[in-house]
Amino acid sequence: MPELLKAPLVVEFPFTRSLGPVQSAFLTGLRERTVLGVKTADDKILVPPVEYDPVTADELRDMVEVATTGTVTTWAWNPEHRRGQPLGKPFAWVLVKLDGADTALLHALDVEGPDAVRTGMRVRIRWAEERSGAITDIACFEPYDGDESSETSPHDGQFEDAVTGIVAEARLDYTYSPGRAQSAYITSVAERKMVGERCPSCSKVYIPPRGACPTCGVATREAVEVGPYGTVTTFCIVNVKAKNLDIELPYVYAHIALDGADLALHGRIAGIPYDQVRMGLRVEPVWTEGGRYPDHYRPTGEPDADYDTYKELV
Amino acid sequence: MREVAIVAFAQSDQVRRSDEQSEVEMLMPVLHSVMEQTGLKTSDIGFTCSGSSDYLAGRAFSFTMTLDGVGAWPPISESHVEMDGAWAMYEAWVKILTGEVDTALVYSYGKSSPGSVRDVLTRQLDPYYVAPLWPDAVALAALQAQALIDSGETDEPALAGIAARSREAAADNPRAQVKGAVPQGDYVVQPLRKGDCPPISDGAVAVVLAAGDKARELCARPAWIRGMDHRIEAHSLGVRDLTDSPSARLAAERAGAFERPVDTAELHAPFTSQEVVLRKALKLGDEVKVNPSGGPLAANTMMAAGLLRIGEAAARIHRGESDRALAHATSGPCLQQNLVAVLEGDAQ
Repeated sequence: MPELLKAPLVVEFPFTRSLGPVQSAFLTGLRERTVLGVKTADDKILVPPVEYDPVTADELRDMVEVATTGTVTTWAWNPEHRRGQPLGKPFAWVLVKLDGADTALLHALDVEGPDAVRTGMRVRIRWAEERSGAITDIACFEPYDGDESSETSPHDGQFEDAVTGIVAEARLDYTYSPGRAQSAYITSVAERKMVGERCPSCSKVYIPPRGACPTCGVATREAVEVGPYGTVTTFCIVNVKAKNLDIELPYVYAHIALDGADLALHGRIAGIPYDQVRMGLRVEPVWTEGGRYPDHYRPTGEPDADYDTYKELV
Repeated sequence: MREVAIVAFAQSDQVRRSDEQSEVEMLMPVLHSVMEQTGLKTSDIGFTCSGSSDYLAGRAFSFTMTLDGVGAWPPISESHVEMDGAWAMYEAWVKILTGEVDTALVYSYGKSSPGSVRDVLTRQLDPYYVAPLWPDAVALAALQAQALIDSGETDEPALAGIAARSREAAADNPRAQVKGAVPQGDYVVQPLRKGDCPPISDGAVAVVLAAGDKARELCARPAWIRGMDHRIEAHSLGVRDLTDSPSARLAAERAGAFERPVDTAELHAPFTSQEVVLRKALKLGDEVKVNPSGGPLAANTMMAAGLLRIGEAAARIHRGESDRALAHATSGPCLQQNLVAVLEGDAQ
């Protein structure tokens, strides 16, 4: 059994999200150091505010300004800061009911240790120096020794230059392993051998192998070397430049049935003008110096294959 | 209403890492096991439904690859939920209730080892107000645990007791990952210690459902699904009372759980503190055996741990060790969404 392969994999995406009117007013308010809640039909004030009542599903639009001070309703001491979290050091997670609000907001509390936080303690918002209209405009909460005041004031939710969207950066890091069958395939291809696996039930040879026969639902174990020559079963002409891909347009991408394989794999065709590629064209893989997989496939010069020899694989 | 039962259950070893296996390689022996138990072939299955999430391993469309393990060509009637397999089973159960099919294969799997599941789970949170702070799964559970401690409903020794009981029970479960005496360890996020948190697991699970006489034919003592329901809490954590689970209670009521006492409950409570919430919400007395399999504190494969609870409860009925069991599955932070199934065996 070949060595198991592993590789780092980073999935990163900046999600661009638009805001509803209530979310827009709340996040723009944070930019202006103003905290807005939304009032429900039974006069509860929800902070952070939502577009629809969580109980009745009524549309909510009556904005109310609440205080920037509040009371901790529950907490948890986070001894190890993780990427993306507030403050860049150990802190307490807290749910805080701001004065005037009936529900609690999740954020970080900047205190020295778990002994410095308790449920019921008074806190206030510490604003971020640079604010853009995001929940992170609140840098964190900090201890505060003033009394509770439940005064609120109506607010029309209107601000100049209101934010209408946020960009939510998401990044997740993985160490990926492709498993047994695909590790074996990737290893053999790097050695310039095309090795598939045969289904013990229907005898079909799959390349690249994924470890299971999709028709029989059983494990494929028997390694079978196929090719390296093969036949173009179908193809397309690519006229769109892919990001980070240095290939001259147009180029041909094809399904290729390697001799002895029962499933076509795909690859780029080169060494022939794009408008001369055809079904039945005989090709072979080409590895570049140091390449771990075929860079492309090129014509072998053999006569074209008869349609009947590959029609089951189109 | 049609009678529908779980007639077979299988699971892989639940392990910390499964680098040597792709998803389909991990799942296939489990699928083969339930098919062998029932003697069914792929062509005998009316409907196939699976649950998984590509975020766990960072592998796009992994569920289409796992379908290879079913033998999905020529095309089968199939569906997938980006949720725990318990919800896939709900879909399959409804499909059988409509009368459209008589049998269903349900499976789910999770491979958390390639990534950092604590961080991955932050991506399921409210993207406007919560996710930008990256509160990880343990932190949110810790806020709930502290609320329970503040309200006097539990304390750290009681939580340690739940951890110890679960892992002791897991000693009899050959598939479980963490078993026997495990020290509580340091705080991960206070008040939750390492022992209060579930292990990070890779694994797979499958069940077969069948209706009426077909179920009797396939299984000596079918685990009849007497009711199943799922409910959800408000999205905002700060709107909820974290010490209670009205959604779990409502799901249990709608599933008929309170009509007669159960003897066994398999609870999907990944954190010790969440068992406290569920026991209260589901009105489980001390006479009920809770998580005899060890529960999610012994193995917590994301997307599979809920279906595992249902499968473990069904297996006890199959073996004659339970006559009426409650199985619970959860999803989201702090028990946000809850599914309850009530299973019964025929009189012995």
